[in-house]
Amino acid sequence: MFFRMILRTLIRQKSKMFMIAFTVILGVSLSTAMINVMLGVGDKVNRELKVYGANITVKHKDAALMGELYGLGINDKFLYEEDALKLKTIFWGFNILDFAPVLEGSAVLNIPGKNINSRVQIMGTWIDKHIILQTGEELNTGLKNLRTWWEINGNWFDDNNKNSVMIGKLLASKNNIHVGDALTLSQNGVKKNLIVKAIFNDGGDADEKILIDLETAQELLNLPGKISSIEVSALTTPDNDLARKAAQDPRSLSPDEYETWYCTAYVSAICHQIQEVVRDGVARAVRQVAESEGTILNKTTLLMVLITILSSIGSALAISNLITASVIERSQELGLLKALGAYNWQIALLVLCEVMLTGFIGGVIGYFIGIGFAQIIGQTVFGSYIEIAQMVILIIAIILFFVTLLGSIPAIRYLTALKPTEVLHGK
Amino acid sequence: MESKNKILELKNVSKIYGNLKALNKINLSVNAGDWLSIMGPSGSGKTTMINIIGCMDTPSEGKVILDGIDISKEDAGNLTRIRRDKIGLIFQQFHLISYLTAVENIMVAQYYHSMPDEKEAMEALEKVGLKDRARHLPAQLSGGEQQRVCIARALINSPEILLGDEPTGNLDEENEGIVVDIFRRLHEEGVTIIIVTHDPEVGDVAQRKIILEHGRVIQDIDQSATFGQPLKIHADK
Repeated sequence: MFFRMILRTLIRQKSKMFMIAFTVILGVSLSTAMINVMLGVGDKVNRELKVYGANITVKHKDAALMGELYGLGINDKFLYEEDALKLKTIFWGFNILDFAPVLEGSAVLNIPGKNINSRVQIMGTWIDKHIILQTGEELNTGLKNLRTWWEINGNWFDDNNKNSVMIGKLLASKNNIHVGDALTLSQNGVKKNLIVKAIFNDGGDADEKILIDLETAQELLNLPGKISSIEVSALTTPDNDLARKAAQDPRSLSPDEYETWYCTAYVSAICHQIQEVVRDGVARAVRQVAESEGTILNKTTLLMVLITILSSIGSALAISNLITASVIERSQELGLLKALGAYNWQIALLVLCEVMLTGFIGGVIGYFIGIGFAQIIGQTVFGSYIEIAQMVILIIAIILFFVTLLGSIPAIRYLTALKPTEVLHGK
Repeated sequence: MESKNKILELKNVSKIYGNLKALNKINLSVNAGDWLSIMGPSGSGKTTMINIIGCMDTPSEGKVILDGIDISKEDAGNLTRIRRDKIGLIFQQFHLISYLTAVENIMVAQYYHSMPDEKEAMEALEKVGLKDRARHLPAQLSGGEQQRVCIARALINSPEILLGDEPTGNLDEENEGIVVDIFRRLHEEGVTIIIVTHDPEVGDVAQRKIILEHGRVIQDIDQSATFGQPLKIHADK
């Protein structure tokens, strides 16, 4: 009887119920889109920010210490190139998006026919190296992915082309070097004849450097298998108090805290894990980038939470008006049920079930529309699809339940105060 | 012996709204199986009285004893329970739920009393001669038929008292006669009937009639001598 009454009411009041369902659809679709984007935005924003370069650098511990304490650029302590490959084997290996070992030093630059013979800074690195890991995983990584903001006149050279170089804009203009020019770099009795493949504009110190293949640099500097540093671009979670505490000293954490920290992609946890695989290496977060990521991510998340809360409040208010109007319209019917012996809670339950059922139908439709919205946002803003999180269904169900419940409160208060004598005798 | 049969007793019952005394020290007792009609002009307190007897309102002063229970001090929840168990209500405007069929309207009363039983609901409809109209919606029934459904609904939970507020007020003569005949049959079966009416013919067919004015009982007439006679309008024909 109960469900028969609910179904008949829904059918009879279809226009009102449609309005309630429509309100729910709007609220739920917006909330679904926002929560899905919010949950997926961490990775998306991180990836967007990765265009601004590495967020972790790894150096030899002595070089890093002297640099931090005295600002000295120690360059006689090196890491091993082979250790760079181990970065993908750490716990958060999948979060390491790109990395590039770098060997820095100086060499004498000669340009035939231009009477140039000067010492310049060289930077040997992987440009776009194809790597096959021990696990069988294949990937391409290198500076090309870490310097996406560079303005390039010419083309990036690839790692098979050992005789190519790229020259910083300042150095090129100072020495009147153009794309296609031939030059010679010599050091330690080793001489390399090279072709300028491109001129790049970094906007920083690199504009006065020559970029060459890592292997060529190692031959020139007579440092086979050695590197000065590794630049790493990793997806990270914004720091919180736990991460900041761990960054000071991981040993200060309790076992539970340590496990939580280690298994979360905090930049400090990733640095810690990198140090575990890179011999004599010290990994440091590039603070500006890491903090920008955290700030933007937190603000974006806050914005989406606010939109979700506001849309929920809006839905609750709209539902409240619609249900109250519906209950007032049905005063006689509800008064009759009271006269027939229904308790207040039984009538409240009847009205709530009607609204909840309508809300459920609206919620299901709204959820799927929300997924569509999320994908539109993902495509428009991030250029990729937003991964749909299963937990959103639960979150939306809880929000919907409370929004509907809160929206029903004025109507329930009205029907609780309703006196059968007032509506049945027309007084 | 007499007190054993008393189903309803009002002792000095008053209902006061501000300065207005809708009921003024009413004393009344009704025996089980009686058929009482309450008459009086508009504003005399008829509806207030029936609301109090029907557990939909409480008196400002005095006591109302219904089937041995003083209902004058009960809270809303208890009044609902007592009303559900002991009172069958008939309304002038019928108040059937428009989206439920005749039999479903009766089952609603069963649902809030105990459990819906369609077979029993159909039997109640048969009693009022509407078995073949069981699947019709209220809008598909005439006024008289709707009132008979309302009576069947009032009777379905075997109440102690059948309480009617102008039950023939919206009916034509023919349907008025049909409804009065049903009341007569119910009275023969031992149902206690209390009816508020403006209609002197309907008031006259009751076993006993009280007349209210300004919230007081000004006449209490025993009609046993003429009881059982048909409605005047029908008799005249």
